[in-house]
Amino acid sequence: MERACRHDPSVPPPPPAGEGWGEDVSTAKTPPEERTLTRRCAPTSPASGRGKWRPRLDLSSHIPSIVAAVIALSLALAAGARAEELLSYTIVSDSIPASLTGFPGDAARGRALVLARTTTCILCHSGPFPETRFQGDLAPDLTGAGNRWSVSQLRLRLVDASRFNPQTIMPSYYRADGLVRVGRNFAGKPILSAAEIEDIVAFLATLRD
Amino acid sequence: MISWRAIAVATLFTAAPALLAGEIPPDARRSGYTFMGPDTRAMQDDDTTNPGMLFVLDGEALWAKKTGSASRACADCHGDARSSMKGVAARYPSFDKSLGRPVALDQRINLCRADHQQAAPLPYESRDLLALSAFVAHQSRGIPITAGDDPQAKPFVAQGRALFMQREGQLNLACTNCHDDNFDKRLAGAPITQGQPTGYPLYRLEWQTLGSLARRLRSCMTGVRAQAYDYGSPELVALELYLMSRARGLAMETPAVRP
Ligand code: HEC
Ligand code: HEC
Repeated sequence: MERACRHDPSVPPPPPAGEGWGEDVSTAKTPPEERTLTRRCAPTSPASGRGKWRPRLDLSSHIPSIVAAVIALSLALAAGARAEELLSYTIVSDSIPASLTGFPGDAARGRALVLARTTTCILCHSGPFPETRFQGDLAPDLTGAGNRWSVSQLRLRLVDASRFNPQTIMPSYYRADGLVRVGRNFAGKPILSAAEIEDIVAFLATLRD
Repeated sequence: MISWRAIAVATLFTAAPALLAGEIPPDARRSGYTFMGPDTRAMQDDDTTNPGMLFVLDGEALWAKKTGSASRACADCHGDARSSMKGVAARYPSFDKSLGRPVALDQRINLCRADHQQAAPLPYESRDLLALSAFVAHQSRGIPITAGDDPQAKPFVAQGRALFMQREGQLNLACTNCHDDNFDKRLAGAPITQGQPTGYPLYRLEWQTLGSLARRLRSCMTGVRAQAYDYGSPELVALELYLMSRARGLAMETPAVRP
């Protein structure tokens, strides 16, 4: 099979998400190093380039020499130490007023994150992104989201959309418990880091008509 | 999909059908084929361009080849597949009395190898196993799916259905969220189908090869960042069985082509 004959010229060209759905989009495009890094550094991920290293991380970088430490570490993880990796936040009515990191996010970085397939927003949502042909339509267009929602509401929406709608299909991006059969590479960590959430919130707030 | 929802609502109030909530009524069931563009359809329709037919031809050769320490070919027991295998794949996964559980078509082939040919099992997704499965399933092309009708299979259909409805993975999505509730919509530009298992094993252009239904299901699980069930696991077989029963009445297409 030549790649040239993969797609009907009559229909929209290579839809990377559907095609790669599963084998490509959600995993393969995250290089293994990055995944490892993200796992070790749960509160932040390399995509944001900002992270506080925790003692546990230093330990894990010496793992090859300390087998016992690995076992202790994984026992600690299995025992539910994971949830503690999430920074705590306070919900007030339908929002989270305070920044998760204590700092404002970077809207430009947030835009890049929303467009990155590994972040997954664009699988379901569309928005004012003329450069991206492959946008989803399982969810509302993000255009004007900054008019409809306050920064604090957007923050809770990303952290845990099920607070707005218990049946929603939108994933909770800052949650690591109450999930079923999470893949080995993703277990125990939220989809996005606190810093990434703040970047995306800052960007969504700029989406005003 | 206004049409089938309307039909569903209408029938609910009149006939109270045996359908479970969220399920797609028989007359609204559509193969993935109907979601494809004309060129991919044409590729599937024409046996000379359908890349899956190469596997079917390989499977035909393997069907007649003596194998294992019993030195017996499939054909030595089953004769001409055109008649003996007609409609078989449309009933799989099928309940195996001695094992007390359903087995998928590729597992049946390996059981035959072990029991009747005294040959080693072929690995899942190996070319020979896919070729034999494609050859056998091809004999059912055009025949309506009836898998899951066997009363003994019912508990396993129910298990598969529960798995289909279960949210899982880091993205916390269930099969039903996409394939019952959102078919005809687009996931990052690609159409979402009803997830009907009509054409397996099938040639996926993205894979550049033939693949089994199990492979497809594992990709969807990886997609929601769940730990995919192992090939041959009871959970995957139950899901396959549920999907086949959910596709009841749709015609087999093996070897189908999908983008
Ligand atoms: C699997 C699908 C899915 C994914 C992935 C997803 N969302 Fe959503 N989102 C929804 C749905 C559906 C709604 C509509 C309300 C609801 O059901 O909660 C929604 C609502 C929203 C809203 C409110 C829209 C409005 O203006 O009313 C915002 C903002 C939003 N999502 C942002 C995001 C961002 C940012 C991401 C990625 C970090 C994301 N979503 C990922 C499905 C998704
Ligand atoms: C977030 C959306 C999503 C979820 C959740 C999902 N899938 Fe899929 N599935 C897809 C997409 C996209 C494709 C590729 C296009 C198509 O065939 O629908 C696909 C393909 C399939 C196909 C192939 C259909 C064909 O014509 O060959 C089957 C079968 C299937 N999925 C079953 C499942 C099962 C079972 C689950 C749960 C374990 C599941 N899917 C979860 C989006 C999803």
